[in-house]
Amino acid sequence: MAMAQAAANDGVMRAADGTPLKVALARAERREKVKAVGLVLPLFAFIILSFVVPILIMLYNSVYDPDVAENLPQTVVALKQWDGKELPSEEVFAAFVADMKAAQKNKQVALVGKRLNYEISGIRSKVVATGRKVAALDAAPFKDAVIAIDKVWGEAETWATIKRSSSVYTPFYILSMLDLRQDANGSIERVPADRSIYKDILARTLGISFLVTLMTLIFGYPVAYLLATSPQKTASILMIFVLLPFWTSLLVRTTAWMILMTDGGVFAQVLNYTGITWLLNTAGLMEGEPQLFKTRFATIVAMTHIQLPFTLLPIYSVMKTISPNYMRAAKSLGGTPFYCFLRVYMPQTLPGVAAGCLLTFILCLGYYITPALVGGPTDQMISGFIERAINSENNWGKASALGVILLTATMILYYVYNKLIGIDRMKLG
Amino acid sequence: MEEASRMKKIVTLLGAALLSSSAILAVAPAHAADELTITSWGGSYSESQRKAFYEPFIAAGNKITEAEYNGEIAKVRAMVEAKAVTWDVVDVDTQTALAGCAEGTFETIDWAKLGLDRSKFIGGDVTDCAVPNILYSTVAAYDTTKTKAPANLFEALFDQTKYPGKRALQKSPFVNLEWALMADGVAAGDVYKVLGTEEGVERALKKLDTIKKDVIWWESGAQGPQLLADGQVVFATSWNGRFFSAMKIDKKPFQIIWDYQAPDWDWWAIPKGTPKLDGAYRFISFASDPQRMADQTKWISYGPANKDAAPLVDPTILVDLPSAPDNLKTVFYPDPQFWGDKGDELRERFNAWLAQ
Amino acid sequence: MAVPSYFTTGETIAYYALRVFVGFVLLFLISPIIAVMPLSFNSESFFTYPMPGYSLKWYEDFFFNPRWSDAVKMSFLVALATTVLATALGTLAALGLSRANFPAKATIMAVLISPMIVPVIISAVGMFKFYAQLDLAGTRLGIVLAHTALATPFVVITVTATLSSFDKTLMRAGASCGAAPHTVFFKVVMPLILPGMISGALFAFVTSFDEVVVVLFLASPEDRTLPLQMFSGIREMISPTITAAATVLVLISTAMLVTVEMLRRRSEKLRGIAS
Repeated sequence: MAMAQAAANDGVMRAADGTPLKVALARAERREKVKAVGLVLPLFAFIILSFVVPILIMLYNSVYDPDVAENLPQTVVALKQWDGKELPSEEVFAAFVADMKAAQKNKQVALVGKRLNYEISGIRSKVVATGRKVAALDAAPFKDAVIAIDKVWGEAETWATIKRSSSVYTPFYILSMLDLRQDANGSIERVPADRSIYKDILARTLGISFLVTLMTLIFGYPVAYLLATSPQKTASILMIFVLLPFWTSLLVRTTAWMILMTDGGVFAQVLNYTGITWLLNTAGLMEGEPQLFKTRFATIVAMTHIQLPFTLLPIYSVMKTISPNYMRAAKSLGGTPFYCFLRVYMPQTLPGVAAGCLLTFILCLGYYITPALVGGPTDQMISGFIERAINSENNWGKASALGVILLTATMILYYVYNKLIGIDRMKLG
Repeated sequence: MEEASRMKKIVTLLGAALLSSSAILAVAPAHAADELTITSWGGSYSESQRKAFYEPFIAAGNKITEAEYNGEIAKVRAMVEAKAVTWDVVDVDTQTALAGCAEGTFETIDWAKLGLDRSKFIGGDVTDCAVPNILYSTVAAYDTTKTKAPANLFEALFDQTKYPGKRALQKSPFVNLEWALMADGVAAGDVYKVLGTEEGVERALKKLDTIKKDVIWWESGAQGPQLLADGQVVFATSWNGRFFSAMKIDKKPFQIIWDYQAPDWDWWAIPKGTPKLDGAYRFISFASDPQRMADQTKWISYGPANKDAAPLVDPTILVDLPSAPDNLKTVFYPDPQFWGDKGDELRERFNAWLAQ
Repeated sequence: MAVPSYFTTGETIAYYALRVFVGFVLLFLISPIIAVMPLSFNSESFFTYPMPGYSLKWYEDFFFNPRWSDAVKMSFLVALATTVLATALGTLAALGLSRANFPAKATIMAVLISPMIVPVIISAVGMFKFYAQLDLAGTRLGIVLAHTALATPFVVITVTATLSSFDKTLMRAGASCGAAPHTVFFKVVMPLILPGMISGALFAFVTSFDEVVVVLFLASPEDRTLPLQMFSGIREMISPTITAAATVLVLISTAMLVTVEMLRRRSEKLRGIAS
């Protein structure tokens, strides 16, 4: 009682138990905060462990490449002293022979060959053959004997490449994704035009994504407008047309397009019956029957179909919040309907347009399944090349470097999306 | 304290949910201990293996999971390197057997453990890491109701004026590069000398450039015959057995162009690190039995690799095998060693070319 | 559909043009899904109209061929486990994040949502390599963990959305009526976020049920899911059984859509938003 009295006297507000209210509130707030963090922590830890860490480790492969360092350890040490001008000394060759014998025994020679082949085209088979023959060499001098196996070992460039690849870290993969490479002296140069494909692939990925985003906007905006301005009952019926594809499996939709787009398939039949084929033929835009199977056109159509709801729905939800009174006011002030729409209505929908288009663009960048099934080889996007690098070439360095580029592009846009719109305002359906 | 008990209930519910979901998963561990996963090329080829090998093997009290792939060695390598081997036996072509052997992707075969006589197998000594099972051939074919017989293979594949329309080719450099070079005038005997050089590869790709916009690239063997049957292409390549099944079983009016057919072996190989090594050996031994190999020819026209199987084969099938004298007039034998060594770099170059 | 009498000619044209264009787009959206369904009843195995006859044999294949029926079972198994995990983790996190002044909220949210944004091939490749080291590649647990990571963003988003439009004065009202915080939570908050939770769970289910890229890398041949079976089927040779599978999947997604829409309306009604 005395304490409460004292409390009242010093002018500080206190909680029931006598602690100053400020302290009590701060304590309560801290407790709340700890509780909140505790609720988020399980998912956060789970995402970090099962998702973020695996991706980071994979991306690390784009610069981490121990194949040469691990399998030619003595050669790598011996090459340290080499000046890079003349052929390396006997000592290096001796180390090389010892390394190759060990590698042959462990069946690692092909790995070394594969790695060196990325930089010196055609050397893989020579390395493998050398691995088979090196067992016969058991006494010094080795230098001439090794060169006798294959004259590629008599070229300084080969050894320069080995020396350059001997660090477990390499800029090689990232450089080649930018169509660049290191020459024998280690300076950076462009790769020959017929080999430089990665800039094209990046440009293609961005191009297809842009085109699809644009198409979804052109198709989606009017639909969103009609949905937002129609009476509730009509709107909810129309909405089914948007939401049913949205909920349908991506694979089902892609399969549908693949089946419809075969040459002479349903899509071509529709074009024929509606006279569009005739029209295009007359206009000189097409020759004969439509041939759409495995084409860029089919890819864009299918992707537009799949992404349309993603662009449309955010625009729709912004349009829903625009009061019709603005348009009425603008019209009553004498604006033509078109002018009013352009200057009064459209600016208010821009946040929705930005949200929808950015989301669609981001998601387009990562497309793999749809181009793989409805597109031809020249319609594959970065993701498709990542899959090929692993499943057809077993080149993890390349896959990771492509991954770095794709992920960087995605993350930049994700950041923009987050700043501009805020992920916490993302809505589904 | 109604809310406290409710809280408890919720927590219990969540816990129960977690437990039950983990229980669902625990019911059957993924890689059942006695179940053998055998990966092959799908379609009518897998069908023939199912009839001739899998079904009797299952009837003998074993369990099999079938899987398909399109010959991508990289998939096997990725599994072996990641130490996540889920395939126990895999059917590979020769270049894959050789490359995989050099890289330690496949187990070295212990013929004594198989209980088989290696000398009885055609090509048995080509690699230490696989057991030959059949001889197949890459060929082209056309639909006789829609296309007139071409004078030779190269006219069929490359003559756009005489045969306008699309072609279906395998999405792989194997055989395509060789055919392109020969169509460009390289003698069959010089093909690998030319293809061994940078310029030779460019020359082959340049020849393929002339039809590139008209090619539909297939990845699985079933696609070639299907594209042909659907009328999507005028000529398709595939493996001869696939066309055989389409003609004999599905009664398609196809004609195989045996000109410059490219024969090769298929092999059974065991990915290194499989937990079911013994089962894998048991299966390969089972499937190498002469009678069962001869039986396989009822469903697909591939030559059995076991010499003892040859006399047991139904004579009427012999004319359809790649080894029939009539079919061998202008045969081209691909060099598996060349592909085993250079396959990776050519695939990478080919993929880059495709993407351009 | 008559235009108001005060419309100018231009407005009338615009009015009809808009409706024609929207009609075209809606047709574009729905027709591929509709067009494929009848093909699943084709008696022959090709994909053009008119069809020579009708047959249920592709459905018979889909439901009774163990390749397909096992894949369906596997998909349900994996999707159910994923749904349970993702809904539990996601709902808890959304509840935590909705508290006022949560530290570094934007960043944490960005991390939690990222599995939805990161190209799935990158996730799949990374997970394959990492899970292989933990002996999780080729196991069902591996697939479920991977799918849970991909599915939680949907739960977080839907539950957060219901919480953010949630009127905080309701809680205060509850408290001022003398209810303890727990009572407020269970009597006021829970019923309101339940629709969000359920639609989040459905999203999680569909995410897993449709997912093909991760299973392409992580699944062992015994653990083939329905999308994987479809995908390899398409790459191998399109059989009409795939159109039967597609039709069944469309029916499932229609059921999902109806459920989610009903939940959304209920939730709006509960929150007093006029609909």
